[in-house]
Amino acid sequence: MYKEKTEKGHQIKIVAFFCNWCTYTAADLAGVSRIKHAPNFRVIRVMCSGRVDPQFILDAFSKGADGVLIGGCHPGDCHYIEGNYKCLRRFQLFKKVVADLGIEADRLRLEWISASEGDKVRLVINDMVSKIQKLGPLDLPAKYKSWDSEMELLEKCVREQSNEIIKEEMEVISHG
Amino acid sequence: MADKPKVAFYWCASCGGCEESIVDLAEDILFVADNVDIVMWPVGLDFKRHDVEAMPDKSILAALINGAIRTSEQEEMAHLMRQKSQVVIAYGACAHQGGIPALANQFELEEILRWVYHDSPSTYNDEKTRPQTKFYDENGRIPELPQLWNVVRTLDQVIDVDYYLPGCPPSPKLLKDAVIALLTGNVPPKGTVLAPDIALCEECPRKETKPTDLVFDEFKRPHQVMIDTEKCLLAQGLICMGPATRAGCGALCTIGNMPCSGCYGPTSRVRDQGAKILSSIASSVNGKTEHEIDKIIAGIPDPVGTFYRYGLAGSILRKKVKFEERV
Repeated sequence: MYKEKTEKGHQIKIVAFFCNWCTYTAADLAGVSRIKHAPNFRVIRVMCSGRVDPQFILDAFSKGADGVLIGGCHPGDCHYIEGNYKCLRRFQLFKKVVADLGIEADRLRLEWISASEGDKVRLVINDMVSKIQKLGPLDLPAKYKSWDSEMELLEKCVREQSNEIIKEEMEVISHG
Repeated sequence: MADKPKVAFYWCASCGGCEESIVDLAEDILFVADNVDIVMWPVGLDFKRHDVEAMPDKSILAALINGAIRTSEQEEMAHLMRQKSQVVIAYGACAHQGGIPALANQFELEEILRWVYHDSPSTYNDEKTRPQTKFYDENGRIPELPQLWNVVRTLDQVIDVDYYLPGCPPSPKLLKDAVIALLTGNVPPKGTVLAPDIALCEECPRKETKPTDLVFDEFKRPHQVMIDTEKCLLAQGLICMGPATRAGCGALCTIGNMPCSGCYGPTSRVRDQGAKILSSIASSVNGKTEHEIDKIIAGIPDPVGTFYRYGLAGSILRKKVKFEERV
């Protein structure tokens, strides 16, 4: 069973790219079948899993997603014949890059879910949520902020210095 | 003399190749010297920081800064140059996208220092000495060294940048065009990369042989094959960054029989060059199962170093985001 929040109260956010023909329809089916699953994901409908540019995934992470799920048609079932294979090839290489750059493997997932597999949507989402909850939040926006805090000191000095220069100039002007 | 526009060059975390590229202007450097006063150029002229500090704000027409920003001193100088200049140009791949120095973003600072000063096989350092930012010598003087930052940054992550001259190093032609544009006031909108906004393939002489339906049965590295001098490098199983890299260099590498490594950065339509070329190349892998695909992509042993060779700092993730806890 899933929990919506981690022990520290953080609500996990997962961005899900679902293909129009299979997985999105499956998620729809899960909805009308009143299947209950973790509410921690936001679906973005794409025409094909082959449309998911790796840049989208990086963008999602960098804007605060804790995980990214891609859902496409089973191999051989792609509406566009080859799209899901392209997605798989990219995924296999891209997950190496993502791992090398320090993002845990469980945060990025590719699943084949056909239009009739409403229950698989529940299984995959619940499983992903519970795995990511164990990992904790990724929170890249906060990470970027903490990286850049090393520059704040100098910026402060520069600001103060230029303020002093402005002050001096103002004094010269007011006295002159 | 006095009414010539002033130009400054500065270097940060870079190899000096960008300075070479200025000298590579050859006789055109006389044109530059005739038309501008160079007021700062640490590698070539004896102007010091206090000379720049003494100048009024915005009195320099253009500052061309090369190199990534990695130390407190570089950061401070970048701010100073910004304050004194009307236009700041990020010169070269490092200032533009982070360049080779930004590959350090795959490690934490502590890891790098430990390797360089203790663990590497060629290091003899029993006392485990490391460079300090302050040193008290016997005469009571306190010389200071700059602080090394944990993150390597592109120039525009530190100061406001007006234009970018890409490349490792930028070609002399691009530099000359940029100088002429500045002198005539015929400048493009702020934020423009001063190179053609098309992919390298467009100017590559091998373009005609690029297959419309590219298929990779295996990936090869340049030292493993005799490279055909006329055929598209991708068609030969080599990773060429051409399709995701900006033109402007004149296809120097592919003419020299080496694949493009991507130093000109992405075109304006692409945000993350590494992700984009990865996407393009991986989708042509000849496999339909995980097993088949993995066997082929095993031919790319270092995907980050391959696809983000010049662009890690400027990429979306910027740096390795998490490190395993070490005891």
